[in-house]
Amino acid sequence: MIDLSSSESLVSDDIDLSKTVGEIYADDAKMSMRNVNVFYDEKQAIDNVSLDLARNQVTALIGPSGCGKSTFLRCLNRMNDTIPICRVEGDLRLEDEDIYAKKLDPVLLRARVGMVFQKPNPFPKSIYDNVAYGPKIHGLATNKAELDEIVVSSLQRAGLFNEVKDRLDAPGTGLSGGQQQRLCIARTIAVSPEVILMDEPASALDPIATAVIEELIDELREKYTIAIVTHSMQQAARVSQTTAYFHMGKLVEMGKTEQIFTNPVHELTENYITGRFG
Amino acid sequence: MENDLNLSHHISKRFNEELEEVRNQVLKMGGVVEQQVREGLKSLLDADQGLAQRVVDTDIEVNTLEVEIDENCTKILARRQPAASDLRLMISIIKTITDLERIGDEAAKLGKNALKLHDDGKIARQFIELRHLGEHVSATLNKALTAYARLDVNEALEIIQNDRFIDEEFDNISRLLITKMMEDPREIKSALRISWCARALERIGDHTKNICEYIVYLVKGKDVRHTSIEEIKQTITE
Repeated sequence: MIDLSSSESLVSDDIDLSKTVGEIYADDAKMSMRNVNVFYDEKQAIDNVSLDLARNQVTALIGPSGCGKSTFLRCLNRMNDTIPICRVEGDLRLEDEDIYAKKLDPVLLRARVGMVFQKPNPFPKSIYDNVAYGPKIHGLATNKAELDEIVVSSLQRAGLFNEVKDRLDAPGTGLSGGQQQRLCIARTIAVSPEVILMDEPASALDPIATAVIEELIDELREKYTIAIVTHSMQQAARVSQTTAYFHMGKLVEMGKTEQIFTNPVHELTENYITGRFG
Repeated sequence: MENDLNLSHHISKRFNEELEEVRNQVLKMGGVVEQQVREGLKSLLDADQGLAQRVVDTDIEVNTLEVEIDENCTKILARRQPAASDLRLMISIIKTITDLERIGDEAAKLGKNALKLHDDGKIARQFIELRHLGEHVSATLNKALTAYARLDVNEALEIIQNDRFIDEEFDNISRLLITKMMEDPREIKSALRISWCARALERIGDHTKNICEYIVYLVKGKDVRHTSIEEIKQTITE
């Protein structure tokens, strides 16, 4: 979390970060963010960040703690609206639609841009109800049969169905950590989102459960556009096609993942991914 | 131009040490191989049997170093999962030592042929052409290893560019040897041996060129194998 007690700006001004190096634009962008600034009261947490999320691709946002990557991710489905002191400026678009437009309902936006969190957070309800909840409140099913269909297909796509098909009435909280996270992913995709945001989705999981989630991310990208915040560089290298490196509120470098991990352009990127101090 | 890999700048001190150690091993292996080439040539030109035998025996040391360095690289890859310049360093080391080991093999051939020529009662000094090629190849290898230690891409480029002179020199020697064999068939046996030595020196030149290509990859992050000199120049100036 960002330390709000500090009086210093979270944005660095002693290194040349005036321009992002690499390629921030995508040929086929699902979401386009331009000149985004985010403030917590007077403190600036994101400084003039512009980038595209390419359609049906996984974009990894990496950087040290407090660099603003999670803050930026949370702007993409207006999760920051829930923080009263948080102010977002800039042009953020899903397809061509301004997601901060006054007439736009954030609840509907969050159905289109779903989110999976660091800690699996299933509702204290049955596995079935966890997945059925979203489709119900958004009116995506007209009868029980349709709802059943959505629940089953969502669990299947999240790679969980075979493990839970005999106990759909059991509480979601009784599953293992990896299963809970896949349940949360099933819950997210049950409302047919277009974009899935993932904030460290595997950081609380063991390597096997992590591998399953990563495999799933790769499959999900066929249908969805994905942005993932991760502290694991190897994970970013494994799952993403594009990587964006954030440093003290600025986007330092963005480019093809294989280029970032073999031959980064910016010294700060190099230092971070090789574990050097600046 | 000198570059710095900042090997000592990792947060993990142990990682710094591991990278330093493996890099030093490569430099050591380079030194051993360079001496082997120099002495192989000398044993040939001076008909020095003792030296020739030593050159042949050094091969074991070179092979051992290759295996040790490979093992260390495997450990680092498994434990540290290096990225960016660290990853390129690992890849370039693994490839460089393969070429160094082969240079060692070629140097050992010089020693073996020196011993055989001696057994046949021939002195390679007669074949003065070898001296020129050998000294040129040996000096080039020395420059390449210095460029490797200093990460000097400009020097590496020069060596890559000059490889064709070694090839030309080799062709000249081949022509001379063919003439000799035609003039006096009794010379065929020793002329063939000298030809093999020239071939070994030419191969050493090729391996040296490969090492220089790895230097460019390590520093610039671009694979310049099988590309034109112009493209390499462009990569370096980018």
